[in-house]
Amino acid sequence: MAETILLITFAGMTLVTYLPRLLPAWLLRGRTLPPFLVAWLSYIPVAVLAALLLPSLVVQENTMNISVQNLYLWAALPAGWVAWKKKSLFGTVLTGMLIVALARWLLK
Amino acid sequence: MEQDTPLAPSRTSWLRQLSPAIPVVMGYLPVGFAYGVLAANAGLSVFMAVLMSLMVYAGSSQLMAVSMIGQGIHPLSIILTTLVVNLRHMLMSASLAPHLRKWRRLQVIAFCFELTDETFAVHSLRFEQEGAAAVPALAVNAISQVAWVTGSLAGAATGSLIQDVRPFALDYALPAMFIALLIFQLKKRLHIWIAVLSAGLSLGLWSLGLRQWNIILAAVIGALVGAGVETWQKRSS
Repeated sequence: MAETILLITFAGMTLVTYLPRLLPAWLLRGRTLPPFLVAWLSYIPVAVLAALLLPSLVVQENTMNISVQNLYLWAALPAGWVAWKKKSLFGTVLTGMLIVALARWLLK
Repeated sequence: MEQDTPLAPSRTSWLRQLSPAIPVVMGYLPVGFAYGVLAANAGLSVFMAVLMSLMVYAGSSQLMAVSMIGQGIHPLSIILTTLVVNLRHMLMSASLAPHLRKWRRLQVIAFCFELTDETFAVHSLRFEQEGAAAVPALAVNAISQVAWVTGSLAGAATGSLIQDVRPFALDYALPAMFIALLIFQLKKRLHIWIAVLSAGLSLGLWSLGLRQWNIILAAVIGALVGAGVETWQKRSS
């Protein structure tokens, strides 16, 4: 792709990424929201993170893989345990990556 | 009356306020690196690969975009795909909105530019526990994007040397981060049920063919059920 077209693509991507990030906060922050909307917003973090997580573990190369061969799922167990017990984001990421790297090395 | 020495406590509290950035950095360096490698392999120059990380700053859509660029797909479909993939940030932006009430406009403008899945998860936990201070939040955001850009730069610069990032398990940094950030959010039993529901919906909708819409739809519905159950429980008690 030519550089100019790439730049236009980037500019478009920037716009469509930034507006959804900005507009809701911009429009809602000064207002008193109805209680149901407040309750709904309070469940958004859990709902959106769960919705991001499962496909990231299970979908590989555009196909669903729920089997004992899915290393991502196995590594999620010790990683999840570290997150639950140690409350450490750093420790969780490190544990997950170590297990996956080690398993790939051993199973090669 | 005894007075605290002003320097020591503020220094430790600064460190404490910036500490949420550390794990994000740990996740962004390798994933940014992976993105840089893929960008280089798709034919992007180092400058262009870094520029995208500066301008767009959205992990999954950048990864998707470089693979689409590599396949020579039309820019308009790349932009549209980016829009759909990043629409979920509307939910995050809305859910943080009540915390930003007292912020200056410029702070909100800057903060939202760097609102990603990971910084969102960190901030929503933080704001809930300790209130929403603008300056540390902006600093955490800036550090996170610097890590993303640095990772991208390193990956793009070494790109042609590395064809496969899998032996380093760099591809697991992001899923592992979501695992931790989700588990930190589980504060009551209903949260667990909503997480299970949203995760299942997301995967279910994906397998029905809603490949770009599954996340936002699952999150909207999952949170709606959560709010519904909570409201109903309050009424009946």
